[in-house]
Amino acid sequence: MKTTDIAVIGAGPAGLSCAVEAAKSGARVTVLDENLKPGGQLFKQIHKFFGSREHRAGIRGFRIGQQLLEATERLDVQVLLDAAVYGIYEDRLIAYITDGRDHTIKAKKIVLATGASENALAFPGCTLPGVMGAGAAQTMINVNRVLPGKKIIMVGSGNVGLIVSYQLMQAGADVVALIEAAPKIGGYGVHAGKIRRAGVPIYTSTTIKEVLGEEKVEGVITASLDEKWQHIEDTEKRFEADTVCLAVGLSPLTELAWMAGCEFTFIPPLGGHVPIHDRNMESTLTGVYIAGDITGVEEASSAMEEGRLAGVACAESLGYYNEKQALALKNEIWDRLDALRTGPFGEGRFTAKLKQLEARRQLA
Amino acid sequence: MRVLHHPILGDETRKIDATIIVDGRKIPAIEGEPIAATLLSAGIKKFRETQKNHKPRGIFCAIGRCTDCVMTVDGIPNVRTCVTPVKDGMIISTQKGLGEWGGKK
Ligand SMILES: Cc1cc2nc3c(=O)[nH]c(=O)nc-3n(C[C@H](O)[C@H](O)[C@H](O)COP(=O)(O)OP(=O)(O)OC[C@H]3O[C@@H](n4cnc5c(N)ncnc54)[C@H](O)[C@@H]3O)c2cc1C
Ligand code: FES
Repeated sequence: MKTTDIAVIGAGPAGLSCAVEAAKSGARVTVLDENLKPGGQLFKQIHKFFGSREHRAGIRGFRIGQQLLEATERLDVQVLLDAAVYGIYEDRLIAYITDGRDHTIKAKKIVLATGASENALAFPGCTLPGVMGAGAAQTMINVNRVLPGKKIIMVGSGNVGLIVSYQLMQAGADVVALIEAAPKIGGYGVHAGKIRRAGVPIYTSTTIKEVLGEEKVEGVITASLDEKWQHIEDTEKRFEADTVCLAVGLSPLTELAWMAGCEFTFIPPLGGHVPIHDRNMESTLTGVYIAGDITGVEEASSAMEEGRLAGVACAESLGYYNEKQALALKNEIWDRLDALRTGPFGEGRFTAKLKQLEARRQLA
Repeated sequence: MRVLHHPILGDETRKIDATIIVDGRKIPAIEGEPIAATLLSAGIKKFRETQKNHKPRGIFCAIGRCTDCVMTVDGIPNVRTCVTPVKDGMIISTQKGLGEWGGKK
């Protein structure tokens, strides 16, 4: 049976950052990801990142991905691809499938960095081909270089909805309209300004009433909403469209954490049920850590910081760092995480994350 | 439709180097790209029909999570086309309901 010091499940920004940070200490690290290529959602993020220089602001997501991959190679991190983890058993035994065959690996520490998946929305016609996640469209245009459609209606004005609208235009599609059920735009003003200047109308207090079509999307009917989120009569608008993209939030991919027996808490702003963790990103199971979107949906920058934190903490508990060395590194990361969770958009996440830590304290 | 020119990613450098057969029709493809990408590039959006009501379905998540994109590939049903790479000569069919193994029930 294969063994390793630290097994990281998920090769997205959180998992790769964790692996790099832990490997720097001298620990043996193995990363498992079910995809054929590492990077998680990072390689589809072709926009420049926000934040300060330490957060690598101004650098595009896919370049950060390349840098992380180079670092894993330099540090001799083992990255197992086509490795879908389906079980975590006693004594941190991990079972996974590669090329249709069963394998196991035993680790002293496990880090779950499995990310999140996109939410759906129910309306008549919501299952028609052509209705898809905004991230799915982003994957198609930026990774596979294929347009899912030509005339797009985007639903949801958070950062993902705004950014993907712009990226769809960069790829040559026509974004017919962006609609938002809330009375205000959810994401950054800078992103909204960019797509407005490009001529995309943004309709707030508006939702989808129906998507038309038999075999695929052929049009969309929207309706305005009152303060109680009810349809206002005679406000229907009809749009010609062949694609509807839903940017209505993500839910943490927590199956492995449930299966392993981690305790959960319910925090809606983080995406619902999330595993409880402490300041070191350790779950309620000794030796099982979590990082990135699985701990609550944020974005790639905080996923990377959480990954680093878990990496340092694992290395410390295995004796690769002494307490002093680890604390110095962790202090830097905690500061950067706090900085990412400030401002009108970050504060809600800051309070939500405090609740998650509070849940840990109450258990103890 | 393929994105041949892109302001950030630059020009497409890969070449069409494979063919897949979808419901008997030949579709040009790039070896290694997800099957779903090839289908969308050819304007095919319906990938399967549901078991009971025969409703059409296509991709939803494109990252292997939702299973809405499953098709029968080389005789094997329920293959997630958004994460399965194209190989030259693959035979693919729109899946009806739960699908059939090797063309038989
Ligand atoms: C399609 C999509 C597009 C997005 N686009 C944006 C964007 O443009 N801007 C933005 O700010 N945020 C975006 N997000 C949010 C995004 O989740 C974060 O930015 C960031 O990628 C989270 O990092 P992560 O490492 O936690 O997860 P991910 O990047 O999702 O990486 C998790 C990895 O774990 C793998 N994995 C999961 N389960 C298993 C298993 N059982 N076995 C093996 N491997 C497994 C996954 O396949 C994946 O490769 C997007 C999310 C999605 C789903
Ligand atoms: S589109 Fe969701 S699994 Fe393929």
